[in-house]
Amino acid sequence: MNDASANEFLIVALARMIEGCRHVAVGNASPVPGAAALLARALSGDAMLVSLLGSLAHNPYTDGGRELFDSAGQGRLDAFFLGGGEIDGQANVNLVAVGPHDAPLARFPGSFGSAYLYFAVPRVILFRAEHTRRVLVPRVSFISAPGTSPPGIHRSGGPTALVTSRCAFAFDRARGRFRLETLHPGHTAEEVRAETGFDYDSAPEVAQTPPPSARALELIRGRVAGELAETYPSFAAREWGRAA
Amino acid sequence: MLYRRPMTTARKLLDLDALAARIPDGAHLAIPADYSGVAMAATRALVRRRARGLRLVTVPTSGMQADILIGAGCVAAIETSGVGLGEHGLAPRFTAAAKSGSLHIIEATCPAIHAALQASEKGVPFMPLRGLLGSDLLAQRPDWKVIDNPFAAAGDPLVLLPAVRPDIALFHARWADRAGNVWIGRRRELATMAHAAARTLVTVEALFDGDLLADESTASGTLPSLYVSAAAVAERGAWPLPLPGLYAADDAAIRRYAQEARSDSGFARYLDETLRAAA
Repeated sequence: MNDASANEFLIVALARMIEGCRHVAVGNASPVPGAAALLARALSGDAMLVSLLGSLAHNPYTDGGRELFDSAGQGRLDAFFLGGGEIDGQANVNLVAVGPHDAPLARFPGSFGSAYLYFAVPRVILFRAEHTRRVLVPRVSFISAPGTSPPGIHRSGGPTALVTSRCAFAFDRARGRFRLETLHPGHTAEEVRAETGFDYDSAPEVAQTPPPSARALELIRGRVAGELAETYPSFAAREWGRAA
Repeated sequence: MLYRRPMTTARKLLDLDALAARIPDGAHLAIPADYSGVAMAATRALVRRRARGLRLVTVPTSGMQADILIGAGCVAAIETSGVGLGEHGLAPRFTAAAKSGSLHIIEATCPAIHAALQASEKGVPFMPLRGLLGSDLLAQRPDWKVIDNPFAAAGDPLVLLPAVRPDIALFHARWADRAGNVWIGRRRELATMAHAAARTLVTVEALFDGDLLADESTASGTLPSLYVSAAAVAERGAWPLPLPGLYAADDAAIRRYAQEARSDSGFARYLDETLRAAA
Protein backbone atom coordinates (compact mmCIF):
# COMPACT_ATOMS: atom_id res chain seq x y z
CA MET A 1 0.00 0.00 0.00
CA ASN A 2 1.82 3.08 -1.21
CA ASP A 3 -0.80 5.83 -1.35
CA ALA A 4 0.21 7.37 1.96
CA SER A 5 0.19 11.19 2.04
CA ALA A 6 3.41 12.98 3.02
CA ASN A 7 2.08 13.55 6.53
CA GLU A 8 0.91 9.95 6.89
CA PHE A 9 4.36 8.76 5.87
CA LEU A 10 5.95 10.94 8.57
CA ILE A 11 3.40 9.86 11.18
CA VAL A 12 4.37 6.23 10.60
CA ALA A 13 8.11 7.02 10.59
CA LEU A 14 7.80 8.82 13.93
CA ALA A 15 5.57 6.11 15.42
CA ARG A 16 8.24 3.50 14.63
CA MET A 17 10.74 5.44 16.74
CA ILE A 18 8.67 5.24 19.92
CA GLU A 19 7.77 1.58 19.66
CA GLY A 20 8.09 -0.15 23.02
CA CYS A 21 7.85 3.05 25.09
CA ARG A 22 5.63 2.93 28.17
CA HIS A 23 4.75 6.62 28.19
CA VAL A 24 5.04 9.18 25.40
CA ALA A 25 4.12 12.87 25.65
CA VAL A 26 3.44 15.40 22.90
CA GLY A 27 3.67 19.17 23.37
CA ASN A 28 2.16 22.26 21.83
CA ALA A 29 1.25 22.63 18.12
CA SER A 30 2.39 19.14 17.12
CA PRO A 31 -0.27 17.38 15.04
CA VAL A 32 2.10 14.97 13.23
CA PRO A 33 3.90 13.84 16.42
CA GLY A 34 0.50 13.70 18.14
CA ALA A 35 -0.83 11.37 15.46
CA ALA A 36 2.38 9.31 15.68
CA ALA A 37 1.93 8.83 19.43
CA LEU A 38 -1.72 7.86 18.99
CA LEU A 39 -0.76 5.42 16.21
CA ALA A 40 2.00 3.86 18.31
CA ARG A 41 -0.49 3.45 21.14
CA ALA A 42 -3.02 1.76 18.84
CA LEU A 43 -0.29 -0.54 17.44
CA SER A 44 0.81 -1.41 21.01
CA GLY A 45 -2.66 -2.72 21.82
CA ASP A 46 -3.07 0.25 24.16
CA ALA A 47 -0.12 -0.83 26.31
CA MET A 48 1.45 2.61 25.72
CA LEU A 49 0.29 5.64 27.70
CA VAL A 50 0.00 8.85 25.65
CA SER A 51 -0.21 12.39 27.04
CA LEU A 52 -1.30 14.91 24.45
CA LEU A 53 -1.00 18.51 25.63
CA GLY A 54 -4.33 20.29 25.22
CA SER A 55 -6.36 17.08 25.11
CA LEU A 56 -8.90 15.98 27.69
CA ALA A 57 -9.54 12.51 26.30
CA HIS A 58 -5.89 11.61 25.67
CA ASN A 59 -4.13 13.05 28.67
CA PRO A 60 -4.01 11.33 32.07
CA TYR A 61 -2.66 14.26 34.11
CA THR A 62 -4.81 15.72 36.89
CA ASP A 63 -2.38 17.90 38.86
CA GLY A 64 -1.97 20.87 36.54
CA GLY A 65 0.60 21.95 34.00
CA ARG A 66 3.54 21.13 36.24
CA GLU A 67 2.76 17.42 36.45
CA LEU A 68 4.15 16.58 32.99
CA PHE A 69 7.48 18.14 33.93
CA ASP A 70 7.58 16.78 37.46
CA SER A 71 6.82 13.25 36.24
CA ALA A 72 9.45 13.60 33.48
CA GLY A 73 12.00 14.66 36.10
CA GLN A 74 11.27 11.44 37.97
CA GLY A 75 11.83 9.32 34.86
CA ARG A 76 8.16 8.53 34.23
CA LEU A 77 8.26 9.79 30.64
CA ASP A 78 10.13 7.74 28.01
CA ALA A 79 9.78 9.83 24.87
CA PHE A 80 8.93 13.35 23.75
CA PHE A 81 8.86 15.15 20.40
CA LEU A 82 10.47 18.52 19.90
CA GLY A 83 10.49 20.89 16.94
CA GLY A 84 12.78 23.81 16.26
CA GLY A 85 12.89 27.08 14.39
CA GLU A 86 16.56 26.22 13.94
CA ILE A 87 18.39 22.95 14.65
CA ASP A 88 22.14 22.60 14.34
CA GLY A 89 24.57 19.70 13.88
CA GLN A 90 25.13 19.36 17.65
CA ALA A 91 21.33 18.99 18.07
CA ASN A 92 21.04 22.40 19.71
CA VAL A 93 17.49 23.67 19.31
CA ASN A 94 16.37 27.29 18.84
CA LEU A 95 12.73 28.07 19.53
CA VAL A 96 13.23 31.76 20.34
CA ALA A 97 14.65 33.99 17.62
CA VAL A 98 17.15 34.48 14.81
CA GLY A 99 19.46 37.46 15.19
CA PRO A 100 19.81 39.76 18.21
CA HIS A 101 17.23 39.09 20.93
CA ASP A 102 16.08 42.71 21.19
CA ALA A 103 15.74 43.18 17.40
CA PRO A 104 15.38 39.71 15.85
CA LEU A 105 15.20 38.97 12.12
CA ALA A 106 12.77 36.15 12.88
CA ARG A 107 10.85 35.47 16.05
CA PHE A 108 9.52 32.05 17.08
CA PRO A 109 6.94 31.44 19.85
CA GLY A 110 9.41 30.59 22.65
CA SER A 111 11.29 27.74 24.31
CA PHE A 112 8.24 25.96 25.80
CA GLY A 113 9.45 23.04 27.96
CA SER A 114 12.51 22.25 25.83
CA ALA A 115 15.18 23.60 28.18
CA TYR A 116 14.03 21.07 30.76
CA LEU A 117 12.58 18.09 28.90
CA TYR A 118 15.67 17.79 26.67
CA PHE A 119 17.58 16.91 29.85
CA ALA A 120 14.97 14.67 31.45
CA VAL A 121 13.44 12.52 28.71
CA PRO A 122 15.59 9.59 27.53
CA ARG A 123 14.29 9.59 23.96
CA VAL A 124 13.67 13.04 22.49
CA ILE A 125 12.82 12.90 18.80
CA LEU A 126 13.35 16.09 16.86
CA PHE A 127 10.79 16.63 14.14
CA ARG A 128 10.72 19.40 11.59
CA ALA A 129 9.08 18.80 8.20
CA GLU A 130 10.91 21.69 6.54
CA HIS A 131 14.37 20.45 5.59
CA THR A 132 16.27 23.48 4.33
CA ARG A 133 19.47 25.33 5.17
CA ARG A 134 17.26 27.95 6.80
CA VAL A 135 16.20 25.44 9.47
CA LEU A 136 19.13 23.01 9.64
CA VAL A 137 21.94 25.45 10.35
CA PRO A 138 25.65 25.20 11.21
CA ARG A 139 25.02 26.93 14.55
CA VAL A 140 21.70 28.04 16.05
CA SER A 141 21.54 31.73 16.91
CA PHE A 142 19.86 31.03 20.28
CA ILE A 143 20.16 27.81 22.27
CA SER A 144 16.75 27.09 23.81
CA ALA A 145 18.00 23.63 24.71
CA PRO A 146 21.51 22.23 24.20
CA GLY A 147 21.94 18.92 22.36
CA THR A 148 24.64 17.65 24.67
CA SER A 149 26.06 18.55 28.09
CA PRO A 150 29.59 18.31 29.46
CA PRO A 151 30.37 15.71 32.14
CA GLY A 152 29.22 16.74 35.62
CA ILE A 153 25.87 18.13 34.43
CA HIS A 154 22.92 16.08 35.63
CA ARG A 155 21.29 14.77 32.47
CA SER A 156 19.34 11.56 31.92
CA GLY A 157 17.85 12.45 28.56
CA GLY A 158 18.47 14.04 25.21
CA PRO A 159 18.00 13.78 21.46
CA THR A 160 18.08 10.40 19.71
CA ALA A 161 16.86 11.27 16.22
CA LEU A 162 15.85 14.01 13.78
CA VAL A 163 13.11 13.39 11.25
CA THR A 164 12.39 15.76 8.34
CA SER A 165 10.35 15.57 5.15
CA ARG A 166 13.43 14.19 3.36
CA CYS A 167 15.09 11.74 5.75
CA ALA A 168 15.79 10.48 9.25
CA PHE A 169 19.03 11.12 11.15
CA ALA A 170 20.18 9.30 14.29
CA PHE A 171 22.02 11.37 16.91
CA ASP A 172 25.18 10.05 18.55
CA ARG A 173 25.33 11.75 21.95
CA ALA A 174 28.91 10.70 22.70
CA ARG A 175 30.18 12.21 19.43
CA GLY A 176 27.64 15.03 19.37
CA ARG A 177 26.88 14.40 15.68
CA PHE A 178 24.03 13.30 13.47
CA ARG A 179 24.27 10.32 11.12
CA LEU A 180 22.03 10.05 8.08
CA GLU A 181 20.04 6.90 8.79
CA THR A 182 17.35 6.52 6.13
CA LEU A 183 16.06 8.45 3.11
CA HIS A 184 12.36 8.85 2.46
CA PRO A 185 11.23 7.62 -1.00
CA GLY A 186 12.05 10.05 -3.78
CA HIS A 187 14.92 11.73 -1.90
CA THR A 188 18.65 11.25 -2.40
CA ALA A 189 21.75 11.47 -0.23
CA GLU A 190 23.13 14.22 -2.50
CA GLU A 191 19.98 16.28 -2.12
CA VAL A 192 20.03 15.91 1.69
CA ARG A 193 23.67 16.98 1.78
CA ALA A 194 22.86 20.02 -0.36
CA GLU A 195 19.85 21.07 1.73
CA THR A 196 21.47 20.57 5.16
CA GLY A 197 23.43 23.43 6.68
CA PHE A 198 25.42 21.31 9.13
CA ASP A 199 27.92 18.50 8.66
CA TYR A 200 26.90 14.93 9.54
CA ASP A 201 28.05 11.34 9.10
CA SER A 202 26.69 9.01 6.48
CA ALA A 203 27.20 5.41 5.34
CA PRO A 204 28.19 4.96 1.66
CA GLU A 205 24.79 3.35 1.01
CA VAL A 206 21.84 4.80 2.90
CA ALA A 207 18.71 2.64 3.29
CA GLN A 208 15.18 3.79 2.46
CA THR A 209 12.71 4.66 5.22
CA PRO A 210 10.22 1.77 5.12
CA PRO A 211 6.74 2.62 3.77
CA PRO A 212 3.66 2.52 6.01
CA SER A 213 1.99 -0.86 6.39
CA ALA A 214 -1.62 -1.27 5.31
CA ARG A 215 -2.54 -1.82 8.97
CA ALA A 216 -0.88 1.45 10.03
CA LEU A 217 -2.64 3.44 7.31
CA GLU A 218 -5.99 1.92 8.22
CA LEU A 219 -5.47 2.85 11.88
CA ILE A 220 -4.38 6.40 11.00
CA ARG A 221 -7.41 7.05 8.80
CA GLY A 222 -9.82 5.51 11.27
CA ARG A 223 -9.09 5.54 14.96
CA VAL A 224 -6.13 7.95 15.02
CA ALA A 225 -7.87 10.57 12.84
CA GLY A 226 -10.87 10.53 15.19
CA GLU A 227 -8.73 10.76 18.32
CA LEU A 228 -6.51 13.54 16.96
CA ALA A 229 -9.45 15.69 15.83
CA GLU A 230 -10.24 16.59 19.47
CA THR A 231 -6.96 18.50 19.82
CA TYR A 232 -6.11 19.31 16.18
CA PRO A 233 -9.43 19.85 14.39
CA SER A 234 -7.96 21.87 11.52
CA PHE A 235 -5.22 19.35 10.78
CA ALA A 236 -7.62 16.40 10.98
CA ALA A 237 -10.11 18.14 8.71
CA ARG A 238 -7.42 19.00 6.16
CA GLU A 239 -5.77 15.61 6.21
CA TRP A 240 -8.72 13.25 6.52
CA GLY A 241 -11.88 15.36 6.24
CA ARG A 242 -12.57 14.70 9.91
CA ALA A 243 -14.63 16.80 12.29
CA ALA A 244 -13.96 16.68 16.03
CA MET B 1 4.66 39.78 51.49
CA LEU B 2 1.17 40.77 52.49
CA TYR B 3 -1.69 38.95 50.87
CA ARG B 4 -4.97 40.80 50.55
CA ARG B 5 -7.66 39.41 52.79
CA PRO B 6 -10.51 37.93 50.79
CA MET B 7 -13.51 40.20 50.55
CA THR B 8 -16.82 39.46 52.15
CA THR B 9 -19.17 37.34 50.10
CA ALA B 10 -21.53 40.11 49.13
CA ARG B 11 -18.73 42.16 47.59
CA LYS B 12 -17.13 39.31 45.66
CA LEU B 13 -19.58 39.16 42.79
CA LEU B 14 -19.05 41.94 40.30
CA ASP B 15 -20.03 42.64 36.73
CA LEU B 16 -17.45 42.11 34.03
CA ASP B 17 -16.35 45.73 33.62
CA ALA B 18 -16.08 46.21 37.38
CA LEU B 19 -13.89 43.10 37.51
CA ALA B 20 -11.65 44.42 34.73
CA ALA B 21 -11.43 47.76 36.56
CA ARG B 22 -9.78 45.89 39.45
CA ILE B 23 -6.76 45.31 37.23
CA PRO B 24 -4.80 48.57 37.42
CA ASP B 25 -2.42 49.82 34.76
CA GLY B 26 1.05 48.37 35.33
CA ALA B 27 -0.25 45.28 37.15
CA HIS B 28 1.84 42.11 37.16
CA LEU B 29 -0.83 39.80 35.76
CA ALA B 30 -0.73 35.99 35.62
CA ILE B 31 -2.76 34.39 32.81
CA PRO B 32 -3.19 30.71 31.98
CA ALA B 33 -2.46 28.68 28.83
CA ASP B 34 -5.11 28.21 26.15
CA TYR B 35 -6.03 24.71 27.36
CA SER B 36 -6.69 25.86 30.89
CA GLY B 37 -9.47 28.46 31.06
CA VAL B 38 -8.64 31.85 29.59
CA ALA B 39 -10.70 34.90 30.61
CA MET B 40 -11.26 36.20 27.08
CA ALA B 41 -14.39 38.25 27.87
CA ALA B 42 -12.45 39.97 30.66
CA THR B 43 -9.57 40.47 28.23
CA ARG B 44 -11.90 42.32 25.87
CA ALA B 45 -13.06 44.40 28.85
CA LEU B 46 -9.42 45.24 29.61
CA VAL B 47 -8.91 46.39 26.03
CA ARG B 48 -12.13 48.45 26.25
CA ARG B 49 -10.91 50.22 29.35
CA ARG B 50 -7.57 50.87 27.58
CA ALA B 51 -5.41 49.14 30.17
CA ARG B 52 -1.75 50.12 29.88
CA GLY B 53 1.64 48.88 31.03
CA LEU B 54 0.55 45.38 32.04
CA ARG B 55 3.36 42.99 32.89
CA LEU B 56 2.09 39.57 31.88
CA VAL B 57 3.34 36.24 33.14
CA THR B 58 1.91 33.39 31.07
CA VAL B 59 1.35 30.10 32.93
CA PRO B 60 3.27 28.81 31.16
CA THR B 61 2.29 29.92 27.62
CA SER B 62 -0.37 32.04 25.95
CA GLY B 63 -2.00 32.53 22.59
CA MET B 64 -4.72 34.85 21.43
CA GLN B 65 -5.17 36.50 24.84
CA ALA B 66 -1.59 37.79 25.06
CA ASP B 67 -1.60 38.59 21.34
CA ILE B 68 -4.72 40.79 21.59
CA LEU B 69 -3.46 42.57 24.72
CA ILE B 70 -0.09 43.22 23.04
CA GLY B 71 -1.70 44.40 19.80
CA ALA B 72 -4.04 46.71 21.68
CA GLY B 73 -1.10 48.37 23.44
CA CYS B 74 -1.96 47.09 26.93
CA VAL B 75 1.34 45.28 27.60
CA ALA B 76 4.76 46.60 28.60
CA ALA B 77 6.44 43.27 29.34
CA ILE B 78 5.75 39.56 29.11
CA GLU B 79 7.41 36.66 30.88
CA THR B 80 6.62 33.60 28.80
CA SER B 81 7.65 30.15 27.62
CA GLY B 82 5.81 30.65 24.37
CA VAL B 83 3.18 32.73 22.61
CA GLY B 84 1.56 31.16 19.58
CA LEU B 85 -1.81 30.37 18.06
CA GLY B 86 -1.31 26.60 18.10
CA GLU B 87 -2.72 25.13 14.90
CA HIS B 88 -3.06 28.61 13.45
CA GLY B 89 0.62 29.42 13.57
CA LEU B 90 2.56 32.34 14.99
CA ALA B 91 0.90 34.95 17.19
CA PRO B 92 1.10 37.91 14.77
CA ARG B 93 1.02 40.85 17.19
CA PHE B 94 3.49 39.22 19.59
CA THR B 95 5.80 38.47 16.68
CA ALA B 96 5.56 42.01 15.28
CA ALA B 97 6.17 43.56 18.71
CA ALA B 98 9.17 41.25 19.30
CA LYS B 99 10.70 42.22 15.96
CA SER B 100 10.17 45.94 16.46
CA GLY B 101 11.63 45.77 19.96
CA SER B 102 8.55 47.48 21.44
CA LEU B 103 7.83 44.64 23.86
CA HIS B 104 10.07 43.54 26.73
CA ILE B 105 10.15 39.74 26.46
CA ILE B 106 11.44 37.81 29.45
CA GLU B 107 12.27 34.34 28.13
CA ALA B 108 11.27 31.36 30.26
CA THR B 109 10.61 27.65 29.99
CA CYS B 110 7.35 26.01 31.10
CA PRO B 111 8.54 24.14 34.22
CA ALA B 112 10.44 27.24 35.40
CA ILE B 113 7.24 29.28 35.47
CA HIS B 114 5.36 26.53 37.29
CA ALA B 115 8.21 26.11 39.79
CA ALA B 116 8.62 29.85 40.44
CA LEU B 117 4.89 30.08 41.22
CA GLN B 118 5.20 27.05 43.49
CA ALA B 119 7.89 28.89 45.44
CA SER B 120 5.36 31.68 46.07
CA GLU B 121 2.72 29.12 47.06
CA LYS B 122 5.07 27.84 49.73
CA GLY B 123 6.22 31.29 50.79
CA VAL B 124 9.86 30.40 50.08
CA PRO B 125 12.19 32.71 48.12
CA PHE B 126 13.23 30.32 45.34
CA MET B 127 12.88 26.89 43.83
CA PRO B 128 15.59 24.71 42.24
CA LEU B 129 15.08 23.25 38.76
CA ARG B 130 17.04 20.68 36.76
CA GLY B 131 17.90 21.21 33.11
CA LEU B 132 18.58 24.72 31.75
CA LEU B 133 22.39 24.54 31.99
CA GLY B 134 23.97 25.36 28.64
CA SER B 135 20.80 27.08 27.41
CA ASP B 136 20.96 30.72 26.31
CA LEU B 137 17.91 31.24 28.52
CA LEU B 138 20.35 31.59 31.42
CA ALA B 139 22.04 34.53 29.67
CA GLN B 140 18.63 36.17 29.27
CA ARG B 141 17.79 35.61 32.92
CA PRO B 142 20.30 37.24 35.28
CA ASP B 143 17.73 36.62 38.03
CA TRP B 144 18.22 32.85 37.65
CA LYS B 145 21.26 31.70 39.64
CA VAL B 146 23.40 28.60 39.30
CA ILE B 147 24.55 27.01 42.55
CA ASP B 148 26.26 23.79 43.49
CA ASN B 149 23.89 21.29 45.09
CA PRO B 150 24.88 21.60 48.78
CA PHE B 151 23.80 18.00 49.45
CA ALA B 152 25.96 16.37 46.76
CA ALA B 153 29.39 14.93 47.54
CA ALA B 154 30.83 16.00 44.18
CA GLY B 155 30.01 19.08 42.11
CA ASP B 156 26.40 19.16 40.93
CA PRO B 157 25.38 22.53 39.48
CA LEU B 158 21.70 23.41 39.30
CA VAL B 159 19.55 26.48 38.73
CA LEU B 160 17.61 28.44 41.35
CA LEU B 161 14.57 30.43 40.25
CA PRO B 162 13.30 33.33 42.36
CA ALA B 163 9.66 33.08 43.44
CA VAL B 164 7.19 34.73 41.06
CA ARG B 165 4.48 36.66 42.94
CA PRO B 166 1.98 38.14 40.50
CA ASP B 167 -0.16 41.04 41.70
CA ILE B 168 -3.20 39.42 40.14
CA ALA B 169 -4.17 36.05 38.66
CA LEU B 170 -6.97 36.23 36.07
CA PHE B 171 -8.75 33.20 34.63
CA HIS B 172 -12.09 31.77 33.52
CA ALA B 173 -13.74 28.75 35.14
CA ARG B 174 -17.02 26.91 35.07
CA TRP B 175 -18.69 27.83 38.36
CA ALA B 176 -18.45 30.04 41.40
CA ASP B 177 -20.75 29.56 44.35
CA ARG B 178 -22.17 32.43 46.37
CA ALA B 179 -19.42 32.13 48.97
CA GLY B 180 -16.81 32.80 46.25
CA ASN B 181 -15.48 29.25 45.93
CA VAL B 182 -14.53 28.51 42.32
CA TRP B 183 -14.63 25.13 40.60
CA ILE B 184 -11.58 24.53 38.39
CA GLY B 185 -11.77 20.75 37.97
CA ARG B 186 -8.45 19.20 37.03
CA ARG B 187 -6.90 22.49 35.91
CA ARG B 188 -4.73 22.68 39.00
CA GLU B 189 -2.35 25.26 37.51
CA LEU B 190 -5.19 27.72 38.11
CA ALA B 191 -4.94 26.90 41.81
CA THR B 192 -1.16 27.37 41.69
CA MET B 193 -1.63 30.78 40.04
CA ALA B 194 -4.19 31.80 42.64
CA HIS B 195 -2.10 30.54 45.57
CA ALA B 196 0.91 32.47 44.28
CA ALA B 197 -0.81 35.75 43.37
CA ALA B 198 -1.69 38.51 45.83
CA ARG B 199 -5.20 38.69 44.38
CA THR B 200 -7.25 36.48 42.09
CA LEU B 201 -10.00 37.63 39.76
CA VAL B 202 -12.18 35.00 38.12
CA THR B 203 -14.87 34.97 35.47
CA VAL B 204 -17.24 32.01 35.47
CA GLU B 205 -19.77 30.48 33.13
CA ALA B 206 -22.44 30.39 35.81
CA LEU B 207 -23.20 30.66 39.50
CA PHE B 208 -23.33 27.31 41.27
CA ASP B 209 -26.48 26.87 43.26
CA GLY B 210 -25.13 25.44 46.51
CA ASP B 211 -21.82 24.98 48.30
CA LEU B 212 -18.97 23.67 46.13
CA LEU B 213 -17.14 22.49 49.25
CA ALA B 214 -20.07 20.45 50.57
CA ASP B 215 -19.51 17.41 48.36
CA GLU B 216 -16.23 15.52 47.81
CA SER B 217 -16.81 15.29 44.06
CA THR B 218 -16.90 19.06 43.66
CA ALA B 219 -14.66 19.98 46.63
CA SER B 220 -11.61 18.23 45.16
CA GLY B 221 -11.77 20.46 42.09
CA THR B 222 -12.55 23.66 43.98
CA LEU B 223 -10.35 26.67 44.64
CA PRO B 224 -11.55 27.93 48.03
CA SER B 225 -12.74 31.53 48.44
CA LEU B 226 -9.68 32.14 50.65
CA TYR B 227 -7.79 32.92 47.44
CA VAL B 228 -10.57 34.55 45.42
CA SER B 229 -10.86 38.34 45.51
CA ALA B 230 -13.75 38.77 43.11
CA ALA B 231 -15.72 36.92 40.45
CA ALA B 232 -17.97 37.91 37.57
CA VAL B 233 -20.34 35.83 35.48
CA ALA B 234 -19.38 35.78 31.80
CA GLU B 235 -21.25 33.18 29.81
CA ARG B 236 -18.95 31.66 27.16
CA GLY B 237 -16.29 33.83 28.78
CA ALA B 238 -13.39 31.87 27.26
CA TRP B 239 -14.68 32.23 23.68
CA PRO B 240 -13.20 31.79 21.13
CA LEU B 241 -10.83 29.67 23.22
CA PRO B 242 -12.15 26.48 24.77
CA LEU B 243 -13.38 25.85 28.29
CA PRO B 244 -12.17 22.29 28.80
CA GLY B 245 -15.02 19.89 29.38
CA LEU B 246 -17.72 22.39 28.43
CA TYR B 247 -17.02 23.81 24.99
CA ALA B 248 -14.36 23.45 22.31
CA ALA B 249 -12.36 26.21 20.67
CA ASP B 250 -14.17 28.15 17.94
CA ASP B 251 -11.69 27.18 15.28
CA ALA B 252 -13.14 29.38 12.55
CA ALA B 253 -13.04 32.45 14.79
CA ILE B 254 -9.40 31.83 15.77
CA ARG B 255 -8.45 31.23 12.14
CA ARG B 256 -10.05 34.52 11.19
CA TYR B 257 -8.14 36.27 13.95
CA ALA B 258 -4.86 34.68 12.79
CA GLN B 259 -5.45 36.08 9.30
CA GLU B 260 -6.68 39.53 10.31
CA ALA B 261 -3.98 40.14 12.92
CA ARG B 262 -1.20 39.73 10.34
CA SER B 263 -1.48 43.39 9.40
CA ASP B 264 -1.86 46.49 11.58
CA SER B 265 -5.00 47.51 9.71
CA GLY B 266 -6.49 43.99 9.88
CA PHE B 267 -5.90 43.85 13.62
CA ALA B 268 -7.42 47.30 14.14
CA ARG B 269 -10.49 46.22 12.17
CA TYR B 270 -10.76 42.97 14.16
CA LEU B 271 -10.48 44.79 17.46
CA ASP B 272 -13.04 47.35 16.48
CA GLU B 273 -15.60 44.73 15.40
CA THR B 274 -14.99 42.49 18.39
CA LEU B 275 -15.25 45.25 20.94
CA ARG B 276 -18.37 46.66 19.36
CA ALA B 277 -19.99 43.22 19.35
CA ALA B 278 -19.02 42.66 22.99
CA ALA B 279 -20.13 46.06 24.26
